[in-house]
Amino acid sequence: MKSLIKIGVVFGAALLMSSCFDKSQPNYQYFPNMYESVGYEAYQEVNGVPYGEYAAHNMEAQIPADGSIKRGWMPYDYDDTNEGYEAAKAELKNPLATTEENLAKGKELYGIYCAICHGNKGDGQGTLVKREKFLGIPRYDDAARAITEGSIYHVLMYGKNNMGSHASQLDTEERWQVVQHVLQLKAELEKK
Amino acid sequence: MKKVNRRNSISRILGTALALMLAFSTVAFAQDEAAIKAGEALFKANCAACHKLDAMSTGPMLRKIESRLDEEQGLDREWLYKWIKNSNALIKSGDRYAVEVYEKYNKRQMTAFPTLSNEDIDNILAYTAQDKAPSVTTVDSGGEVAPAESGFSTDIVLTALIVLFGLLALGLFLVNKTLRKFAIANGTVNLEEEAKKTSIWKAFVQNQFLVIVATIFFMLGAAYFAYGYLMQIGVDQGYQPIQPIHYSHRIHAGDNKIECKYCHSSARVSKHSGIPSLNVCMNCHKNIAQVAEEVQQEGITKYGVDYNKEIRKLYEAVGWDPTQQDYVNEQKPVKWIRIHNLPDFVYFNHSQHVSVAGVDCQTCHGEIENMEIVEQHSSLTMGWCINCHRETDVNFRGNAYYEKIHEQLKDKYGVESFKAAEMGALECGKCHY
Repeated sequence: MKSLIKIGVVFGAALLMSSCFDKSQPNYQYFPNMYESVGYEAYQEVNGVPYGEYAAHNMEAQIPADGSIKRGWMPYDYDDTNEGYEAAKAELKNPLATTEENLAKGKELYGIYCAICHGNKGDGQGTLVKREKFLGIPRYDDAARAITEGSIYHVLMYGKNNMGSHASQLDTEERWQVVQHVLQLKAELEKK
Repeated sequence: MKKVNRRNSISRILGTALALMLAFSTVAFAQDEAAIKAGEALFKANCAACHKLDAMSTGPMLRKIESRLDEEQGLDREWLYKWIKNSNALIKSGDRYAVEVYEKYNKRQMTAFPTLSNEDIDNILAYTAQDKAPSVTTVDSGGEVAPAESGFSTDIVLTALIVLFGLLALGLFLVNKTLRKFAIANGTVNLEEEAKKTSIWKAFVQNQFLVIVATIFFMLGAAYFAYGYLMQIGVDQGYQPIQPIHYSHRIHAGDNKIECKYCHSSARVSKHSGIPSLNVCMNCHKNIAQVAEEVQQEGITKYGVDYNKEIRKLYEAVGWDPTQQDYVNEQKPVKWIRIHNLPDFVYFNHSQHVSVAGVDCQTCHGEIENMEIVEQHSSLTMGWCINCHRETDVNFRGNAYYEKIHEQLKDKYGVESFKAAEMGALECGKCHY
């Protein structure tokens, strides 16, 4: 009888130990020597950031100084106003050459960032529109809007009305690649 | 056979009457109905991007706009025709109310609609002139929601079962004991004979072979559990913390089929596949302040979440005021809890795996699109990484970087494909510097 109790104790202990992991907490670690980062990691919460706009919230990410320009990037000259929109629509031209490569990339990016509302054909019939989450998405061949490459880029940069800016998701070159694809879709819509 | 010439007469008369009634009523309302229907289609196709019937959006709310304009500003339908067809020209012409509206809504221009005819606009106005349909459901989205019952119920059931079985065993034991007592008292059981019998435990202890086999068995079992225990230390598979905002990947990526990289855009280009900043949320949620009614109901009954309340948490974080349609309040970052953590001495790069190798998100993160709350799908242990590097072919086609090595391998050894491990993906320095 005694041995039975002993066996029971061993099994019980084993069960207890293996069922210690709680789903809502990370598991415990054995001597976490270099697990935690000494340097600052992106997105990390840092205690005691001494400066910056978000110091109060302990954010590691800080906003660069106003007016600073990093290598390989140029600021966008047009303002986020109606005048800026008109000016970009009239003057702004695509610096990229129309190549197969750019168009393919543009199509891929369009599929990720635009087709969800504007539809794969650019006719304003994306998944969200079909499910009636978003309504009133215009077609690219809408005569009243008469989009140009400059206006498309401007809207991607700043957003317009209910469309938000996509500048944080696409960099300059990618935005121009998307513009190429949108113009192609527009031409196809107008053909019909 | 019996002749029945006026069978169904009553029902026939009733039927005809009903048909006539319906016909007349549809005649009376047909024009209106058709206009509203056409107006609804036009509204949804052209206006709904910026206007809602009962809420502020980019532009003002439009229910009964015509009568409101008439009462408040004395403006008639002619003015509306002009405004809708080309609001910009109207503003430039110096129309008093047009300029006032333009200034009031932060100089947001309304798109011109020269393609709409007067009749189209009439239809749209007929649609906006309808009374508000009474809300069917009376869910108070501001109120507290009963907590979800999952997790709680299974535990209760388990304990109840254990208690029940315990009681059963106890009961059986007691019954056995009493019956034995009766048997002894009746003399059906001979105590002396029983005393001679060795108990099963004694017999077991006396049988050396059995003892050895059992000992080996138990040692193996103990080793199995001890090893299993040691191997799960530091593994966070299944980790599922409670996030500050109940964000549902199931709705966004599953139901609405939003591409993963829409929000996690840095997975394409960066080492980190970052948590999207709140401007990405506002790309859509500027317009979507409330979820659809059936989604809301599902959330409350199935998951115990009030989705509309969660969207309000987002507005609070970005400082957005839906009534003013502007960012007016103080901004506070959302403190998301990171689930997938690697120790600092591992270098993992998302873009290399996503853009270059073309690995699907689901390979490593599981079926995220079906997860209401995200949990860690893979173990993220080193063995798991190595295993994939051993089994996966390098995606070298169309990649100029691999052209030379592929040519040479093909010429020399006739190799058509090679695994990541063969490209040195198992070397310590590749991941651990």
